[in-house]
Amino acid sequence: MAKAVSVRGLTKAFGARTVLDGIDLEVEPGEFVALLGRSGCGKSTLLRILAGLDRDVEGEAEVPGTVSIAFQQPRLLPWRKVWRNISLGLHRPDGRAIALKALEEVRLTDHADAWPLTLSGGEAQRVSLARALVREPDVLLLDEPFGALDALTRLAMHHLVEDLWIRHKPAVLLVTHDVDEALLLADRILVLDEGRIVATHHVDLPRPRRRASVVEQRTRVLADLGVDVEEAA
Amino acid sequence: MTLSIAGVATRPKTATPVQTRKFTLPLRWISPVALVLLWQLASSTGVLSPDKLASPLTVAQSAGELIADGQLVEAFAVSITRVFFGFLIGGFAGVVLGLVSGLSRWGETLLDPPVQMLRTLPHLGLIPLFILWFGIGEEPKLALVAAGVAFPLYLNLHAGIRQTDPGLVEAARVLGYSRIERVVHVVLPSAVPQTLVGLRIAFGTAWLSLIVAEQINADAGLGFLINNAREFLRTDVVVVGLVVYALLGLTTDALVRLLERRILRWQKR
Repeated sequence: MAKAVSVRGLTKAFGARTVLDGIDLEVEPGEFVALLGRSGCGKSTLLRILAGLDRDVEGEAEVPGTVSIAFQQPRLLPWRKVWRNISLGLHRPDGRAIALKALEEVRLTDHADAWPLTLSGGEAQRVSLARALVREPDVLLLDEPFGALDALTRLAMHHLVEDLWIRHKPAVLLVTHDVDEALLLADRILVLDEGRIVATHHVDLPRPRRRASVVEQRTRVLADLGVDVEEAA
Repeated sequence: MTLSIAGVATRPKTATPVQTRKFTLPLRWISPVALVLLWQLASSTGVLSPDKLASPLTVAQSAGELIADGQLVEAFAVSITRVFFGFLIGGFAGVVLGLVSGLSRWGETLLDPPVQMLRTLPHLGLIPLFILWFGIGEEPKLALVAAGVAFPLYLNLHAGIRQTDPGLVEAARVLGYSRIERVVHVVLPSAVPQTLVGLRIAFGTAWLSLIVAEQINADAGLGFLINNAREFLRTDVVVVGLVVYALLGLTTDALVRLLERRILRWQKR
Protein backbone atom coordinates (compact mmCIF):
# COMPACT_ATOMS: atom_id res chain seq x y z
CA MET A 1 0.00 0.00 0.00
CA ALA A 2 1.29 3.44 -0.89
CA LYS A 3 2.51 5.62 1.95
CA ALA A 4 0.50 8.71 2.83
CA VAL A 5 3.71 10.66 3.23
CA SER A 6 7.22 9.71 2.19
CA VAL A 7 10.14 11.96 2.84
CA ARG A 8 13.73 11.11 1.95
CA GLY A 9 16.83 13.09 2.79
CA LEU A 10 14.88 16.31 3.14
CA THR A 11 17.12 19.29 3.81
CA LYS A 12 16.10 22.92 4.09
CA ALA A 13 18.30 25.88 4.82
CA PHE A 14 17.50 29.53 5.30
CA GLY A 15 20.76 31.17 4.32
CA ALA A 16 23.49 29.68 6.45
CA ARG A 17 21.05 28.18 8.95
CA THR A 18 20.06 24.57 8.32
CA VAL A 19 16.51 24.08 9.57
CA LEU A 20 15.94 20.52 8.35
CA ASP A 21 18.95 18.26 8.07
CA GLY A 22 18.31 15.08 6.07
CA ILE A 23 14.88 14.06 7.35
CA ASP A 24 13.59 10.56 6.49
CA LEU A 25 9.96 9.95 7.28
CA GLU A 26 7.19 7.62 6.17
CA VAL A 27 3.61 7.86 7.32
CA GLU A 28 1.08 5.06 6.76
CA PRO A 29 -2.45 5.91 5.58
CA GLY A 30 -4.59 6.61 8.63
CA GLU A 31 -1.64 6.86 10.99
CA PHE A 32 -1.51 9.60 13.62
CA VAL A 33 2.00 10.98 13.94
CA ALA A 34 3.12 13.72 16.28
CA LEU A 35 6.17 15.84 15.53
CA LEU A 36 7.49 16.97 18.86
CA GLY A 37 10.19 19.50 19.55
CA ARG A 38 11.21 22.85 20.91
CA SER A 39 10.50 26.04 18.98
CA GLY A 40 12.92 26.37 16.11
CA CYS A 41 13.57 22.63 15.77
CA GLY A 42 12.18 22.68 12.23
CA LYS A 43 8.86 20.94 12.82
CA SER A 44 6.70 23.69 11.36
CA THR A 45 9.02 24.02 8.38
CA LEU A 46 8.58 20.31 7.68
CA LEU A 47 4.81 20.74 7.75
CA ARG A 48 4.95 23.74 5.41
CA ILE A 49 6.99 21.73 2.94
CA LEU A 50 4.48 18.86 3.06
CA ALA A 51 1.68 21.41 2.48
CA GLY A 52 3.44 22.58 -0.68
CA LEU A 53 4.02 26.06 0.75
CA ASP A 54 7.78 25.80 0.50
CA ARG A 55 9.26 24.13 -2.58
CA ASP A 56 12.81 25.41 -2.34
CA VAL A 57 14.27 22.28 -0.71
CA GLU A 58 16.77 19.50 -1.20
CA GLY A 59 15.71 15.87 -1.05
CA GLU A 60 12.30 14.39 -1.65
CA ALA A 61 8.96 15.00 -0.01
CA GLU A 62 6.04 13.14 -1.55
CA VAL A 63 2.43 13.40 -0.55
CA PRO A 64 0.50 11.50 -3.23
CA GLY A 65 -3.01 12.18 -1.92
CA THR A 66 -4.97 15.28 -1.01
CA VAL A 67 -3.64 17.49 1.74
CA SER A 68 -5.44 19.75 4.13
CA ILE A 69 -4.20 21.91 6.96
CA ALA A 70 -5.15 23.71 10.16
CA PHE A 71 -2.80 26.33 11.55
CA GLN A 72 -2.14 27.69 15.02
CA GLN A 73 -4.18 30.74 14.08
CA PRO A 74 -7.53 29.74 12.54
CA ARG A 75 -6.87 31.90 9.44
CA LEU A 76 -10.54 32.25 8.58
CA LEU A 77 -11.59 34.93 6.08
CA PRO A 78 -13.23 37.50 8.37
CA TRP A 79 -15.36 38.89 5.51
CA ARG A 80 -16.97 35.57 4.63
CA LYS A 81 -19.56 33.92 6.86
CA VAL A 82 -18.56 30.79 8.75
CA TRP A 83 -20.21 28.37 6.34
CA ARG A 84 -18.64 30.09 3.32
CA ASN A 85 -15.24 29.76 4.93
CA ILE A 86 -15.78 26.01 4.92
CA SER A 87 -17.27 25.63 1.46
CA LEU A 88 -15.01 28.03 -0.47
CA GLY A 89 -12.46 26.26 -2.62
CA LEU A 90 -14.44 23.00 -2.56
CA HIS A 91 -16.02 23.71 -5.94
CA ARG A 92 -19.16 21.81 -5.07
CA PRO A 93 -22.67 23.02 -5.90
CA ASP A 94 -24.05 21.75 -2.58
CA GLY A 95 -21.43 23.73 -0.65
CA ARG A 96 -23.76 24.98 2.04
CA ALA A 97 -25.16 21.54 2.85
CA ILE A 98 -21.65 20.12 3.08
CA ALA A 99 -20.53 23.01 5.26
CA LEU A 100 -23.49 22.54 7.60
CA LYS A 101 -22.71 18.85 7.96
CA ALA A 102 -19.10 19.65 8.77
CA LEU A 103 -20.20 22.25 11.31
CA GLU A 104 -22.42 19.67 12.92
CA GLU A 105 -19.39 17.47 13.49
CA VAL A 106 -17.63 20.22 15.41
CA ARG A 107 -20.95 21.17 17.08
CA LEU A 108 -21.17 24.68 15.62
CA THR A 109 -24.26 24.43 13.41
CA ASP A 110 -25.75 27.48 15.15
CA HIS A 111 -22.85 29.62 14.00
CA ALA A 112 -23.09 28.83 10.28
CA ASP A 113 -24.22 32.36 9.43
CA ALA A 114 -22.01 34.18 11.94
CA TRP A 115 -19.06 36.38 11.03
CA PRO A 116 -15.77 34.71 12.06
CA LEU A 117 -14.67 37.66 14.21
CA THR A 118 -17.63 37.06 16.51
CA LEU A 119 -16.37 33.56 17.39
CA SER A 120 -14.25 32.68 20.42
CA GLY A 121 -10.74 31.31 19.86
CA GLY A 122 -11.88 27.73 20.40
CA GLU A 123 -14.89 28.09 18.11
CA ALA A 124 -12.79 29.62 15.35
CA GLN A 125 -10.31 26.76 15.67
CA ARG A 126 -13.16 24.25 15.38
CA VAL A 127 -14.31 25.97 12.18
CA SER A 128 -10.74 25.74 10.94
CA LEU A 129 -10.78 21.98 11.69
CA ALA A 130 -14.12 21.54 9.96
CA ARG A 131 -12.76 23.43 6.97
CA ALA A 132 -9.74 21.12 6.82
CA LEU A 133 -11.77 17.90 7.23
CA VAL A 134 -14.53 18.75 4.79
CA ARG A 135 -11.94 18.32 2.04
CA GLU A 136 -11.71 14.63 3.02
CA PRO A 137 -7.91 14.78 2.97
CA ASP A 138 -5.66 11.75 2.81
CA VAL A 139 -3.23 13.73 4.91
CA LEU A 140 -4.27 16.22 7.57
CA LEU A 141 -1.55 18.60 8.72
CA LEU A 142 -2.07 20.21 12.11
CA ASP A 143 0.39 22.99 12.92
CA GLU A 144 0.07 23.52 16.69
CA PRO A 145 -3.67 23.97 16.28
CA PHE A 146 -4.25 24.10 20.04
CA GLY A 147 -1.28 26.30 20.89
CA ALA A 148 -3.25 29.52 21.25
CA LEU A 149 -6.17 28.02 23.20
CA ASP A 150 -6.75 28.01 26.95
CA ALA A 151 -6.14 24.76 28.83
CA LEU A 152 -9.80 23.76 29.16
CA THR A 153 -10.64 24.40 25.52
CA ARG A 154 -7.52 22.48 24.56
CA LEU A 155 -8.74 19.38 26.42
CA ALA A 156 -12.07 19.51 24.61
CA MET A 157 -10.26 19.93 21.29
CA HIS A 158 -8.08 16.86 21.92
CA HIS A 159 -11.19 14.72 22.22
CA LEU A 160 -12.74 16.33 19.18
CA VAL A 161 -9.67 15.75 17.03
CA GLU A 162 -9.42 12.12 18.13
CA ASP A 163 -13.14 11.62 17.35
CA LEU A 164 -12.82 13.19 13.94
CA TRP A 165 -9.68 11.22 13.17
CA ILE A 166 -11.34 7.93 14.10
CA ARG A 167 -14.34 8.78 11.93
CA HIS A 168 -12.47 10.03 8.85
CA LYS A 169 -9.16 8.19 9.25
CA PRO A 170 -6.82 10.56 7.44
CA ALA A 171 -3.13 10.27 8.13
CA VAL A 172 -2.42 13.04 10.62
CA LEU A 173 0.79 14.94 11.17
CA LEU A 174 0.47 16.97 14.34
CA VAL A 175 3.15 19.51 15.14
CA THR A 176 3.31 20.30 18.83
CA HIS A 177 5.61 21.06 21.72
CA ASP A 178 3.20 19.58 24.23
CA VAL A 179 4.32 16.10 25.29
CA ASP A 180 0.98 15.17 26.86
CA GLU A 181 -0.87 16.18 23.73
CA ALA A 182 1.39 13.98 21.63
CA LEU A 183 1.01 11.03 24.01
CA LEU A 184 -2.77 11.35 24.20
CA LEU A 185 -3.28 11.47 20.45
CA ALA A 186 -0.46 9.94 18.46
CA ASP A 187 0.36 6.39 17.33
CA ARG A 188 3.94 7.47 16.86
CA ILE A 189 5.92 10.35 18.23
CA LEU A 190 8.94 11.75 16.43
CA VAL A 191 11.21 13.95 18.47
CA LEU A 192 12.90 16.64 16.38
CA ASP A 193 15.98 18.53 17.41
CA GLU A 194 18.05 20.86 15.27
CA GLY A 195 16.46 19.62 12.08
CA ARG A 196 16.88 15.93 12.76
CA ILE A 197 14.64 13.17 14.05
CA VAL A 198 16.47 12.19 17.23
CA ALA A 199 13.99 9.69 18.65
CA THR A 200 10.88 7.72 17.70
CA HIS A 201 8.32 6.46 20.21
CA HIS A 202 5.48 4.11 19.39
CA VAL A 203 2.50 4.67 21.64
CA ASP A 204 0.50 1.46 21.88
CA LEU A 205 -1.81 2.53 24.69
CA PRO A 206 -5.53 1.85 24.17
CA ARG A 207 -7.80 4.77 23.30
CA PRO A 208 -9.29 6.94 24.62
CA ARG A 209 -6.20 7.52 26.68
CA ARG A 210 -6.16 9.10 30.09
CA ARG A 211 -3.49 11.26 31.52
CA ALA A 212 -2.47 8.66 34.15
CA SER A 213 -1.91 5.95 31.53
CA VAL A 214 0.75 7.94 29.72
CA VAL A 215 2.87 8.98 32.70
CA GLU A 216 5.50 6.28 32.38
CA GLN A 217 6.17 6.90 28.71
CA ARG A 218 6.08 10.63 29.29
CA THR A 219 9.28 10.49 31.31
CA ARG A 220 11.09 8.73 28.49
CA VAL A 221 9.91 11.16 25.84
CA LEU A 222 10.87 14.12 27.99
CA ALA A 223 14.33 12.63 28.46
CA ASP A 224 14.74 12.65 24.66
CA LEU A 225 13.82 16.33 24.71
CA GLY A 226 16.57 16.93 27.25
CA VAL A 227 14.21 17.41 30.18
CA ASP A 228 14.91 15.34 33.29
CA VAL A 229 11.57 15.13 35.08
CA GLU A 230 12.96 13.93 38.41
CA GLU A 231 15.40 16.82 38.42
CA ALA A 232 12.79 19.34 37.26
CA ALA A 233 10.48 18.25 40.06
CA MET B 1 -5.46 72.94 2.17
CA THR B 2 -4.35 69.34 2.15
CA LEU B 3 -4.17 69.48 5.92
CA SER B 4 -7.91 69.83 6.29
CA ILE B 5 -8.34 66.77 4.12
CA ALA B 6 -5.78 64.74 5.99
CA GLY B 7 -7.91 65.45 9.04
CA VAL B 8 -10.75 63.31 7.75
CA ALA B 9 -8.49 60.60 6.39
CA THR B 10 -8.50 58.32 9.42
CA ARG B 11 -11.25 55.78 9.60
CA PRO B 12 -13.73 56.21 12.43
CA LYS B 13 -12.74 54.37 15.58
CA THR B 14 -15.19 52.18 17.40
CA ALA B 15 -18.42 54.08 17.89
CA THR B 16 -18.73 56.01 21.13
CA PRO B 17 -21.01 54.20 23.55
CA VAL B 18 -24.61 55.32 23.06
CA GLN B 19 -25.02 56.66 26.57
CA THR B 20 -22.16 59.12 26.40
CA ARG B 21 -23.30 60.27 22.97
CA LYS B 22 -26.78 61.04 24.19
CA PHE B 23 -25.32 63.14 26.92
CA THR B 24 -22.54 64.98 25.07
CA LEU B 25 -24.19 65.69 21.74
CA PRO B 26 -26.27 68.73 22.89
CA LEU B 27 -23.30 69.98 24.92
CA ARG B 28 -21.10 69.93 21.85
CA TRP B 29 -23.44 72.41 20.17
CA ILE B 30 -23.01 75.09 22.84
CA SER B 31 -19.85 76.70 21.47
CA PRO B 32 -20.76 76.66 17.74
CA VAL B 33 -24.16 78.24 18.49
CA ALA B 34 -22.47 80.80 20.76
CA LEU B 35 -20.04 81.69 17.95
CA VAL B 36 -22.90 82.29 15.49
CA LEU B 37 -24.69 84.44 18.09
CA LEU B 38 -21.48 86.41 18.67
CA TRP B 39 -21.13 86.87 14.90
CA GLN B 40 -24.72 88.15 14.68
CA LEU B 41 -24.09 90.49 17.63
CA ALA B 42 -20.95 91.90 16.01
CA SER B 43 -22.85 92.52 12.77
CA SER B 44 -25.90 94.11 14.45
CA THR B 45 -23.78 96.49 16.52
CA GLY B 46 -21.79 97.52 13.43
CA VAL B 47 -18.45 96.12 14.69
CA LEU B 48 -18.42 93.81 11.67
CA SER B 49 -19.12 95.72 8.47
CA PRO B 50 -21.24 93.90 5.83
CA ASP B 51 -18.46 94.62 3.30
CA LYS B 52 -16.19 92.31 5.30
CA LEU B 53 -18.74 89.70 6.36
CA ALA B 54 -22.53 89.77 6.19
CA SER B 55 -24.52 88.83 9.29
CA PRO B 56 -25.87 85.29 9.71
CA LEU B 57 -29.42 86.57 9.27
CA THR B 58 -28.57 88.30 5.98
CA VAL B 59 -26.80 85.14 4.80
CA ALA B 60 -29.89 83.06 5.59
CA GLN B 61 -32.11 85.56 3.84
CA SER B 62 -29.91 85.61 0.71
CA ALA B 63 -29.85 81.83 0.70
CA GLY B 64 -33.65 81.87 0.63
CA GLU B 65 -33.69 84.34 -2.25
CA LEU B 66 -31.05 82.46 -4.24
CA ILE B 67 -33.01 79.25 -3.85
CA ALA B 68 -36.29 80.95 -4.75
CA ASP B 69 -35.03 82.49 -8.00
CA GLY B 70 -33.32 79.25 -9.04
CA GLN B 71 -29.78 80.66 -9.19
CA LEU B 72 -28.45 78.47 -6.42
CA VAL B 73 -30.06 75.31 -7.77
CA GLU B 74 -28.64 75.94 -11.22
CA ALA B 75 -25.14 76.66 -9.88
CA PHE B 76 -25.40 73.61 -7.66
CA ALA B 77 -26.39 71.39 -10.59
CA VAL B 78 -23.48 72.60 -12.71
CA SER B 79 -20.92 72.08 -9.95
CA ILE B 80 -22.18 68.68 -8.93
CA THR B 81 -22.13 67.52 -12.56
CA ARG B 82 -18.47 68.56 -12.80
CA VAL B 83 -17.57 66.60 -9.71
CA PHE B 84 -19.58 63.61 -10.85
CA PHE B 85 -17.88 63.24 -14.22
CA GLY B 86 -14.47 64.22 -12.90
CA PHE B 87 -14.89 61.60 -10.18
CA LEU B 88 -15.98 59.00 -12.71
CA ILE B 89 -12.89 59.54 -14.88
CA GLY B 90 -10.43 59.81 -12.00
CA GLY B 91 -12.04 56.95 -10.08
CA PHE B 92 -11.86 54.65 -13.08
CA ALA B 93 -8.20 55.52 -13.69
CA GLY B 94 -7.28 55.18 -10.01
CA VAL B 95 -9.02 51.83 -9.58
CA VAL B 96 -7.75 50.28 -12.81
CA LEU B 97 -4.16 51.40 -12.18
CA GLY B 98 -4.38 50.35 -8.52
CA LEU B 99 -5.65 46.88 -9.44
CA VAL B 100 -3.03 46.31 -12.12
CA SER B 101 -0.18 47.46 -9.93
CA GLY B 102 -1.52 45.71 -6.82
CA LEU B 103 -2.23 42.36 -8.43
CA SER B 104 0.66 41.92 -10.83
CA ARG B 105 4.34 42.16 -10.17
CA TRP B 106 5.02 43.57 -13.62
CA GLY B 107 2.24 46.08 -13.19
CA GLU B 108 3.80 47.27 -9.96
CA THR B 109 7.29 47.45 -11.42
CA LEU B 110 6.13 49.52 -14.36
CA LEU B 111 3.31 51.61 -12.88
CA ASP B 112 4.19 52.30 -9.29
CA PRO B 113 7.39 54.36 -9.73
CA PRO B 114 5.88 57.00 -12.05
CA VAL B 115 2.67 57.23 -10.01
CA GLN B 116 4.62 57.62 -6.77
CA MET B 117 6.69 60.38 -8.38
CA LEU B 118 3.68 62.20 -9.79
CA ARG B 119 1.80 62.08 -6.52
CA THR B 120 4.38 64.34 -4.91
CA LEU B 121 3.25 67.06 -7.33
CA PRO B 122 0.53 69.17 -5.76
CA HIS B 123 -2.12 68.49 -8.41
CA LEU B 124 -3.59 71.98 -8.03
CA GLY B 125 -0.29 73.26 -9.38
CA LEU B 126 -1.16 71.63 -12.70
CA ILE B 127 -3.78 74.29 -13.50
CA PRO B 128 -1.56 76.34 -15.87
CA LEU B 129 -0.69 73.20 -17.84
CA PHE B 130 -4.29 72.02 -17.88
CA ILE B 131 -5.41 75.38 -19.24
CA LEU B 132 -2.80 75.15 -21.97
CA TRP B 133 -3.78 71.59 -22.78
CA PHE B 134 -7.54 71.74 -22.42
CA GLY B 135 -8.42 75.42 -22.87
CA ILE B 136 -10.74 77.20 -20.44
CA GLY B 137 -13.95 75.22 -20.89
CA GLU B 138 -15.20 72.28 -18.83
CA GLU B 139 -12.28 69.99 -19.67
CA PRO B 140 -9.60 71.49 -17.37
CA LYS B 141 -12.09 71.45 -14.47
CA LEU B 142 -12.91 67.78 -15.01
CA ALA B 143 -9.22 66.99 -15.46
CA LEU B 144 -8.36 68.69 -12.17
CA VAL B 145 -11.07 66.82 -10.27
CA ALA B 146 -10.04 63.56 -11.95
CA ALA B 147 -6.38 64.07 -11.01
CA GLY B 148 -7.39 64.82 -7.42
CA VAL B 149 -9.45 61.62 -7.25
CA ALA B 150 -7.16 59.18 -9.07
CA PHE B 151 -4.14 59.48 -6.77
CA PRO B 152 -5.69 58.81 -3.36
CA LEU B 153 -7.71 55.93 -4.82
CA TYR B 154 -4.67 54.41 -6.48
CA LEU B 155 -2.45 54.76 -3.43
CA ASN B 156 -4.92 53.31 -0.95
CA LEU B 157 -6.11 50.47 -3.19
CA HIS B 158 -2.52 49.52 -3.95
CA ALA B 159 -1.53 49.69 -0.28
CA GLY B 160 -4.64 47.74 0.71
CA ILE B 161 -3.82 44.92 -1.69
CA ARG B 162 -0.20 44.82 -0.52
CA GLN B 163 -1.30 44.60 3.11
CA THR B 164 -3.14 41.31 2.55
CA ASP B 165 -2.26 38.86 5.32
CA PRO B 166 0.06 36.29 3.67
CA GLY B 167 -1.22 33.71 6.16
CA LEU B 168 -4.68 33.90 4.63
CA VAL B 169 -3.31 33.55 1.11
CA GLU B 170 -1.28 30.50 2.18
CA ALA B 171 -4.29 28.89 3.80
CA ALA B 172 -6.35 29.51 0.66
CA ARG B 173 -3.64 27.93 -1.47
CA VAL B 174 -3.50 24.72 0.59
CA LEU B 175 -7.30 24.59 0.76
CA GLY B 176 -7.56 24.47 -3.02
CA TYR B 177 -8.64 27.99 -4.02
CA SER B 178 -7.90 28.82 -7.64
CA ARG B 179 -5.88 31.96 -8.38
CA ILE B 180 -9.04 33.87 -9.24
CA GLU B 181 -10.71 32.70 -6.03
CA ARG B 182 -7.71 33.86 -4.03
CA VAL B 183 -8.02 37.31 -5.59
CA VAL B 184 -11.80 37.54 -5.25
CA HIS B 185 -12.21 36.06 -1.77
CA VAL B 186 -8.91 36.87 -0.07
CA VAL B 187 -6.95 39.72 -1.63
CA LEU B 188 -9.64 42.15 -2.77
CA PRO B 189 -11.84 41.95 0.35
CA SER B 190 -8.84 42.58 2.54
CA ALA B 191 -8.07 45.71 0.49
CA VAL B 192 -11.58 47.11 0.91
CA PRO B 193 -11.15 48.94 4.26
CA GLN B 194 -8.08 50.81 3.03
CA THR B 195 -9.78 51.55 -0.30
CA LEU B 196 -12.72 53.11 1.51
CA VAL B 197 -10.28 55.38 3.33
CA GLY B 198 -8.98 56.33 -0.13
CA LEU B 199 -12.53 56.95 -1.31
CA ARG B 200 -13.15 59.43 1.51
CA ILE B 201 -9.90 61.25 0.81
CA ALA B 202 -10.78 61.24 -2.91
CA PHE B 203 -14.12 62.94 -2.24
CA GLY B 204 -12.34 65.55 -0.15
CA THR B 205 -9.82 66.32 -2.90
CA ALA B 206 -12.60 66.24 -5.51
CA TRP B 207 -14.45 69.12 -3.83
CA LEU B 208 -11.21 70.97 -3.20
CA SER B 209 -10.20 70.63 -6.85
CA LEU B 210 -13.61 71.81 -7.96
CA ILE B 211 -13.50 74.90 -5.76
CA VAL B 212 -10.08 75.86 -7.05
CA ALA B 213 -10.98 75.09 -10.68
CA GLU B 214 -14.14 77.18 -10.43
CA GLN B 215 -12.20 80.14 -9.04
CA ILE B 216 -9.99 80.32 -12.12
CA ASN B 217 -12.54 80.78 -14.82
CA ALA B 218 -16.15 79.77 -14.85
CA ASP B 219 -19.34 81.13 -16.30
CA ALA B 220 -21.57 78.85 -14.28
CA GLY B 221 -21.51 76.88 -11.06
CA LEU B 222 -20.98 77.66 -7.40
CA GLY B 223 -17.52 79.14 -7.98
CA PHE B 224 -18.97 81.51 -10.56
CA LEU B 225 -21.73 82.51 -8.11
CA ILE B 226 -19.12 83.29 -5.46
CA ASN B 227 -16.75 85.16 -7.76
CA ASN B 228 -19.58 87.18 -9.21
CA ALA B 229 -20.76 88.12 -5.74
CA ARG B 230 -17.25 89.24 -4.82
CA GLU B 231 -17.29 91.84 -7.58
CA PHE B 232 -20.43 93.37 -6.08
CA LEU B 233 -19.16 93.10 -2.49
CA ARG B 234 -21.99 90.68 -1.70
CA THR B 235 -20.32 88.86 1.19
CA ASP B 236 -23.65 87.26 2.04
CA VAL B 237 -23.75 85.40 -1.29
CA VAL B 238 -20.10 84.41 -0.91
CA VAL B 239 -20.90 82.84 2.46
CA VAL B 240 -23.95 81.04 1.02
CA GLY B 241 -21.70 79.50 -1.66
CA LEU B 242 -19.16 78.42 0.96
CA VAL B 243 -21.86 76.84 3.10
CA VAL B 244 -23.13 74.87 0.11
CA TYR B 245 -19.59 73.63 -0.60
CA ALA B 246 -19.27 72.56 3.04
CA LEU B 247 -22.63 70.78 3.00
CA LEU B 248 -21.69 68.93 -0.19
CA GLY B 249 -18.44 67.77 1.38
CA LEU B 250 -20.25 66.64 4.51
CA THR B 251 -22.84 64.78 2.44
CA THR B 252 -20.35 62.75 0.41
CA ASP B 253 -18.38 61.99 3.57
CA ALA B 254 -21.55 60.74 5.26
CA LEU B 255 -22.37 58.63 2.21
CA VAL B 256 -18.99 56.92 2.34
CA ARG B 257 -19.39 56.29 6.08
CA LEU B 258 -22.74 54.71 5.36
CA LEU B 259 -21.14 52.57 2.68
CA GLU B 260 -18.39 51.60 5.14
CA ARG B 261 -20.88 50.46 7.74
CA ARG B 262 -22.71 48.40 5.14
CA ILE B 263 -19.66 46.82 3.47
CA LEU B 264 -17.56 46.35 6.60
CA ARG B 265 -20.31 44.83 8.70
CA TRP B 266 -18.12 41.76 9.22
CA GLN B 267 -15.81 43.83 11.40
CA LYS B 268 -16.23 43.37 15.12
CA ARG B 269 -17.73 46.59 16.55
